[in-house]
Amino acid sequence: MVFVENGHRLSVYRDHGGYKSLQKAVGMAPADVIEEVKASALRGRGGAGFPTGMKWSFVPKDSPKAKYVVCNADESEPGSFKDRYLMERDPHALIEGMTIAGWALGSNTGYVYGRGEYRYLLDIMDVAIAEAREAGMLGKNIFGSGFDYDLHTHTGAGAYICGEETALLSSLEGYRGHPRMKPPFPAVEGLYASPTVVNNVETFTSVPQIIEMGGIAWRDLGTEKSGGTKLWSISGHVKKPGVYELPMGYADMEKFIMEDCGGMLRDDKKLKAVIPGGSSVYVMNAGQIIGQNVTLDYEGLVAAGSSLGTGGMIVMDETVDIVESTKNLSEFYKHESCGWCTPCREGTDWLVKIFDRITSGGGRPEDVQLMLDIADNIEGKSFCPLGDAAAWPVQSAIKQFPDDFKKWIVNGAASNGHVVEANM
Amino acid sequence: MATATPTSFTDQVAVSDEVAEFSPAVVEEMRSHLTKYPADRTRSALIPLLFVIQRERGWVDNAGVNFLAKFLDLEVTDVWETATFYTMFNLRPVGRHHIQICKTLSCRIMGEPEITDHICSKLGIHPGETTEDGRFTVTMVECLGSCGTAPMMQIGFDYYENLTKESVDKILEDCN
Ligand SMILES: Cc1cc2nc3c(=O)[nH]c(=O)nc-3n(C[C@H](O)[C@H](O)[C@H](O)COP(=O)(O)O)c2cc1C
Ligand code: FES
Repeated sequence: MVFVENGHRLSVYRDHGGYKSLQKAVGMAPADVIEEVKASALRGRGGAGFPTGMKWSFVPKDSPKAKYVVCNADESEPGSFKDRYLMERDPHALIEGMTIAGWALGSNTGYVYGRGEYRYLLDIMDVAIAEAREAGMLGKNIFGSGFDYDLHTHTGAGAYICGEETALLSSLEGYRGHPRMKPPFPAVEGLYASPTVVNNVETFTSVPQIIEMGGIAWRDLGTEKSGGTKLWSISGHVKKPGVYELPMGYADMEKFIMEDCGGMLRDDKKLKAVIPGGSSVYVMNAGQIIGQNVTLDYEGLVAAGSSLGTGGMIVMDETVDIVESTKNLSEFYKHESCGWCTPCREGTDWLVKIFDRITSGGGRPEDVQLMLDIADNIEGKSFCPLGDAAAWPVQSAIKQFPDDFKKWIVNGAASNGHVVEANM
Repeated sequence: MATATPTSFTDQVAVSDEVAEFSPAVVEEMRSHLTKYPADRTRSALIPLLFVIQRERGWVDNAGVNFLAKFLDLEVTDVWETATFYTMFNLRPVGRHHIQICKTLSCRIMGEPEITDHICSKLGIHPGETTEDGRFTVTMVECLGSCGTAPMMQIGFDYYENLTKESVDKILEDCN
């Protein structure tokens, strides 16, 4: 990705080849467009990593109902800010990608669902949509193909859960953002009970490149299983935080943090922990990264003991206490639990209560096991994956940073007159 | 939960049947939102319209909700059901400048606590409170997608990033 001045303007986008892919796509059979996306090995960039071409092929071709293309621009995962960057700098790529999806799926309407706080980005999108309509890239008979397609922005109003695709659809229909039972999957029964494809901003903006280069060529920018390139959002204790585009399979994570991102913010502070894929993935300790040749792709991060998620990398130096950082995330999940199911609503509340007890000096030796038990009773047992996202940070923090927990509990127990077992 | 139901919620609903009134221009703006959705799916416009109510009336109040229920042909409780779920809807009045400080991890480790202390002691309030003159409300919020430019806050819909005590002083000075 290169930064182009005024890249958000249609004329600039077109000068750089913009909308050529749409023109090419509407000259192809819709099924062939889906084949190119399949060949690209593009996996959804919203966190779950589902193969995009396969998702598109689940939409029933013969459904008499209207079909919808919905862009998930809710981006609320702590540590992730790449979709914001894309909409700010490259709104026409999103429009083009969604319109190509509309053609491939037989849809005439798309919605961009943005988080409420991203008001200024939805304003940018509205201007870009109006420009595209004016120039005939949206609307009736696009590029003389007989294909009609229009796009609208829609605002959320502050709720992380609305990034979960079925909760997003509830919200887009004007209801509370509660997730829905799957199946039926949105591809069959989504918005207004009609076939709907929900994809992330970065997923859609990859599509014009795939159509332009051809699926295989795009895939080969990355690896066979993790096709193409990926945007990484880097925050925390590095010298050069920001959004970076890397080929999938980039070697390696240590080089990325220590060289590309300028290394540790304070030279005299050592790396302690990294959450590589947004707050919902397993936290890694420095030993899992330094000298380990962790490749930055789906497989590499799983092998290293975490996962790619949204690519929102939070870097922490040795000044960070992992009990406090994990407590901070537990507070996030408690706040964002939609309250629909008991394991998540109650479990996240209990985790915060125990963290509060520990960090106010009242930690008990059995508290660590208690937290693991609670996390275990949330993981896999909640209605939607928000529960897993709340459990994983706690489980991994306890596993990778036992000393941080021990320190709090020994100090707390001492001040409370408890006897601490040495093998806690 | 995404939003706790305010303790005064039942009082609010019981308050009155008063229906807010809006200028023709605002009603026109509200109508324009309906055109985005299928004709039989106008409830989809509820969240965008609640933002219009909030902008016009300063918060999502009883009379505004009554208006929306009529406008969209919904029950009043349908509108409250949605409005009470989302944290961005203020169910009680807030200051003219609504300062929302991100307290999530990247901001927290990059200096949010000092920024929060600085803002609160300058304004003489705690998070969750409004200054007596009604100018400022401070709310602690979760990640706003500015982690790489932490610490950060939003005032209204505007982003302020890479905050320092000095930049905060300047920003608050510019708030009228
Ligand atoms: C709690 C929760 C929050 C999510 N938030 C987002 C989000 O903000 N943006 C996003 O694109 N996907 C988010 N997802 C993933 C979506 O459910 C869905 O997988 C994704 O939008 C599909 O698009 P993709 O295949 O292009 O990634 C979230 C999932 C969960 C469980
Ligand atoms: S953590 Fe503050 S903006 Fe993301």
